[in-house]
Amino acid sequence: MAVGLLKKALPRLGSAVPAWPGVRCMTSRLYGTVAAQTQIHQPDDSVGSDKILTEPLKHPDFFHLSELFSLKDLFDARVHLGHKIGCRHRLMEQYLFGCRLEQDILDLDQTMEHLQQALNFTAHVAYHRGIILFVSRNRQFTHLIESMARDCGEYAHCRYWQGGLLTNANVQYGKGVRLPDLIVFLSTLNNVFQQHVAVRDAAKMNIPTVGIVDSNCNPSLLTYPVPGNDDSSPAVELYCRLFRMTINRAKDKRKQMEILYGLKSQND
Amino acid sequence: MRSIVRLGVGGVILRALLLRSCALRRSVSKMAASSGRVLKSFVQGCCGCSSVILPSIARNVILQKPAVTVLARLVCTSSTLQRKNIAAAGPEKYTQEFIKKQIEEFNIGKRHLANMMGEDPETFTQEGIDRAIAYLFPSGLFEKRARPVMKHPDEIFPKQRAVQWGEDGRPFHFLFYTGKQSYYSLMHDTFGKFLDIQKYQDRMRAEGLFSQETKQVNLIGSRWMIKEELEEILVQPISDHDCLRFIQLLERILALPYCSMEEEYIQRFRRALEVQSKKQKIEPLQYDENEVAFSTGEGRRKTATATTIVRDNGSGNITVNGVDYLHYFPVLQDREQLMFPFQFLDRLGKHDMECKVTGGGRSAQAGAIRLATARALLSFVTENEVESMRQAGLLTPDPRVKERQKPGQEGARRKFTWNKR
Repeated sequence: MAVGLLKKALPRLGSAVPAWPGVRCMTSRLYGTVAAQTQIHQPDDSVGSDKILTEPLKHPDFFHLSELFSLKDLFDARVHLGHKIGCRHRLMEQYLFGCRLEQDILDLDQTMEHLQQALNFTAHVAYHRGIILFVSRNRQFTHLIESMARDCGEYAHCRYWQGGLLTNANVQYGKGVRLPDLIVFLSTLNNVFQQHVAVRDAAKMNIPTVGIVDSNCNPSLLTYPVPGNDDSSPAVELYCRLFRMTINRAKDKRKQMEILYGLKSQND
Repeated sequence: MRSIVRLGVGGVILRALLLRSCALRRSVSKMAASSGRVLKSFVQGCCGCSSVILPSIARNVILQKPAVTVLARLVCTSSTLQRKNIAAAGPEKYTQEFIKKQIEEFNIGKRHLANMMGEDPETFTQEGIDRAIAYLFPSGLFEKRARPVMKHPDEIFPKQRAVQWGEDGRPFHFLFYTGKQSYYSLMHDTFGKFLDIQKYQDRMRAEGLFSQETKQVNLIGSRWMIKEELEEILVQPISDHDCLRFIQLLERILALPYCSMEEEYIQRFRRALEVQSKKQKIEPLQYDENEVAFSTGEGRRKTATATTIVRDNGSGNITVNGVDYLHYFPVLQDREQLMFPFQFLDRLGKHDMECKVTGGGRSAQAGAIRLATARALLSFVTENEVESMRQAGLLTPDPRVKERQKPGQEGARRKFTWNKR
């Protein structure tokens, strides 16, 4: 009883005081010594879960994303239009088809390949239940992108980017936060035509990035750059539609695979 | 550690009191009982102690058990030695289990306290707790916040935000990564309403039913919410800039012709303005033996207090302390002050006034009588005239009093003569 009193008075002793005979063991009051939550143990067997994870990696286009868009769609949505020659970025010259009347035209063949790879990667990340964050500082499309993110069940950040959101996450959000597994930039520039801070921060935190790069953007730090127009509304609406369909497809496919392999393992 | 010895030796009551008081310890911020103070200071002193078992304490406290010598050294470290920046961790965070435990202990302690005071534990209120604590732990400290207090843990521990993400780590809110999720979600919804109204407008235009004469939202008598009220709604701190942006967005919505579609949503962010004139207490008219209406009023200015009786059906006679006003106030300025309420209401020769005034000087007495007259005249007058009197400043007591002299100065503002040497 008096030991209990002592333990109450000096809580740090909680673990240090040995179990004396006939003494009730008291849990320490300090929050730091509360046991951490154990991982939820998935009840499926290893073979089924391996299949679920490895099956998509065997096919180049597991989610059949090439049927979602065609070159004509991109052309109709004015994706090939870039900025004027004066705004051209040196590293974007490889993606240009040419220029007409001092306006840069992006090469849609290259765009098709890059977009296919980017969407495929996004689908795989969504399939593996990753967190996808959509970033854009173009205020014209903020509402559109946020609605799209909410419909997919993913996240969006089209507002003022505070300094340490990725690099100082424990302080900004709280301990134990999970950072995004993929960041999709629908416009890599911020309002003063400089590169968005998130591009550099994602590279620092080893987060893969997909980004729509216009002819005045720097594609070097992005993992999957997609040369395309980021200013016209038909183009951005097209991208939003494509990303939403990709993510929904990937999530549906995941549910199907779980049911399929879950049933199979039950049958075995 | 002598106090702990006293505990072991002392009677059951003292031990019981101390046990209960230890149960209350988290809630009781400062204990009058010295043992508590010593324990607390002991804890504060060795803030980084890893093992603090002193065999001497064990021997003193446990009388029945044999002294089990634990092989442990007293290792006293401090935060500087451990290179821990305690301040950088921010305010202390409490887990849900901890708070729940505190609430249980509080309830048990409340019942003990009720038993101690001889009251019914079921119907023991917070006032009872305060009285009991004031009785059991009398404190002569001037600072009220430093005295012992026992309150529900929800009032003592600051509110913690619940964890924002699920077990798999995915945040619940789709704007979580912005940092200000509730504010930006509010902006998102409001802008969604703006777009809806625009779409409706376009549809009306397409059908040819568009018209500018639409029902407008009534904004009279209300004001926009201030930053503090918005923070209360959002449960999240925001900046002045954010609040301004939000109000600007709402104003943009109000500028649209079909804004009445979302009137309900907008009214949620408006607060009613209190009508100032309703605060005036207007006494009803009284009638004396000759059925002449009269009314009384009181007023103060600086140190002068005045009470007046204003009678109807008069001819403008004014008596101050039994003396005619011309003799009492030889200066024109003071008589003008007396006259002002009547002149404002165009009732110069219609009322008789009788007043008593004490204290203050010439001007102060005149001002006091003026305020008292104005208050008396409220009973004779319509509501609109009351509002106009309030706006004229007739009903506002003048708050200016003599400023005190400060040490090191000759008067309130005058400094001593400056000497170069």
